[in-house]
Amino acid sequence: MRKKQKIDRPTLIASLWLCLMLLIAIAAPLIAPHDITAMDLRHRLAPPVGFGGTAAHLFGTDDLGRDVASRLYFSIRTSLLIAFGATLISVFVGTAIGFVAAYFRGLIEHFLLLLIDVQASLPFLIVALAMLAFFGNSLVLFVGLMGLYGWERNARLARGLALVAGAQGYAGATRQLGAHPMRIYLRHILPNSAATLLVAATVTFPEIVLVESGLSFLGLGVQPPMTSLGVMVGTGREYITRAPWMLLAPSIVIVATAVAVSVLGDYLRDKLDPTLS
Amino acid sequence: MTSLAFYIGPKILRAALSIVVVVTLTFLVLRASGDPALQILGPSARAPDLEAFRQRWGLDQPLYVQYVRYLWAALHGDFGNSMLGGKRAIELVLERMPLTLTLMLPALALNVLIGIPIGAYAAMHRDSWIDRSVMMLTVLGFTVPSFVLGLIFILIFSVTLGQFPSGGADKWQSAVLPVLTLGIGGAAVIARFTRSAMIEVLSQLYVVAASAKGVTWRQVIHYHAFPNALIPVLTLLGLMLGGQVAGAVLVENVFGWPGIGQLLVVSVGNRDLAVVQVILFLVALTMTSANLMMDLLYGVIDPRLRTNRSASH
Repeated sequence: MRKKQKIDRPTLIASLWLCLMLLIAIAAPLIAPHDITAMDLRHRLAPPVGFGGTAAHLFGTDDLGRDVASRLYFSIRTSLLIAFGATLISVFVGTAIGFVAAYFRGLIEHFLLLLIDVQASLPFLIVALAMLAFFGNSLVLFVGLMGLYGWERNARLARGLALVAGAQGYAGATRQLGAHPMRIYLRHILPNSAATLLVAATVTFPEIVLVESGLSFLGLGVQPPMTSLGVMVGTGREYITRAPWMLLAPSIVIVATAVAVSVLGDYLRDKLDPTLS
Repeated sequence: MTSLAFYIGPKILRAALSIVVVVTLTFLVLRASGDPALQILGPSARAPDLEAFRQRWGLDQPLYVQYVRYLWAALHGDFGNSMLGGKRAIELVLERMPLTLTLMLPALALNVLIGIPIGAYAAMHRDSWIDRSVMMLTVLGFTVPSFVLGLIFILIFSVTLGQFPSGGADKWQSAVLPVLTLGIGGAAVIARFTRSAMIEVLSQLYVVAASAKGVTWRQVIHYHAFPNALIPVLTLLGLMLGGQVAGAVLVENVFGWPGIGQLLVVSVGNRDLAVVQVILFLVALTMTSANLMMDLLYGVIDPRLRTNRSASH
């Protein structure tokens, strides 16, 4: 007997919002009316439509007369791309480490667990700032660094899942048949853990968006001429009295996206994995 | 008492080990990030100068000698001098400490004083409209990043209403907005957690038993439910400290508050490695000892944890 589940309204709105963000991220070059670096010095700090602005600049312009709407679309693209890449890295690295710990046990497992504990006891933002100080900043490095976010949580989860799965019949049976450990872990245990790891990824993703925008806001993340939501908030704060839209437009996107993912994550968690709650 | 020692011993050992791992990783990353001689003297430096520099700072020694020296210096709080001004890095950081604590301690107090009562109240009135609206608000409270919240506060209270200064640290009013910003996000997390802990406790048999024997509801909440719900909340507080430290870095920068967080961001921008290391080390030390303290407090409150019996019912 399967109860017919209706999607409730918050989940629906959250999904629609995320679809919209995804569409904007994909279609940014098509829908952006202006180039993100195109300056129009005669129309600096122009207000958005509805506050005395013209349709030429939907969300107004910034301190250099650049179109806020266009920059916003490209920022959404950058921030989502970085978060997406980083989440993939984080889940991949975490799962690999977790499985290795579960397979080897003994000293290696203890060492990995110690590393996990150390990472868990340090705020990621501080670690990220220190790494940026040590290695300097480049986009590739920055994405890799964001990919370290949450690895310890994913590793802990993957290890737990692998330990549970290893004690179950199907893993034991494949082992008895003489399958290589790689085959057991990748073809049998991984698919059986995928749902839980996917839910974990929906938790990691919005948090990476927040960390990325935080670092970019501090001027230590995404570097100009590229733009991200955090970069826009960072520039916007200088003009908070004269042009609050510069700050509000990206802020609203950050908050709404984080809330939407959190709502959707709750829904997925109920749906995919009733054991987590 | 021995049972307590058995409980504490491994935890202290583990905390110490964590600190050693942090310092070791810092050393390795530092050495991997490039040749300090080249970084400081620049790419146009002549070979004899580079050699002299390496000799002077012991960089020509084998790696393990460098490591032991590094550990020894770190143990004495000596991470070298700041590149800017040449002051000892540790002094530079400790100078800023009181200002950061001025923000963090009241913020932590706010977290607890707002979060716990709201969460407990929501749990006792589960599924009422108050409960539902409080929970909706807390989702906002912990998804709005602190730098956005801070800027919104500036927009409302400084720009529009003109009530509080938007930056600086010259009068007490300057601390109001940053403390609120830090306090509200954490309060939302604690409220949600307290609510679920309280709901869990309220469904336990001892609460039912207490009600059944005729204890008034107020007393059930007060003596049976609430203290038990507080135990997991205490652990959460220890875990949340990290988020608060990270939040303080952002909030100090939003409000131009000259604490450690601002120093960190400036130092990262200048790649002033000595200062960054001191801050990293201090944060690790603070977090590890906070977690250790929570563990100890846990052991004192809940005697089951000290014995070999499982703590779960």
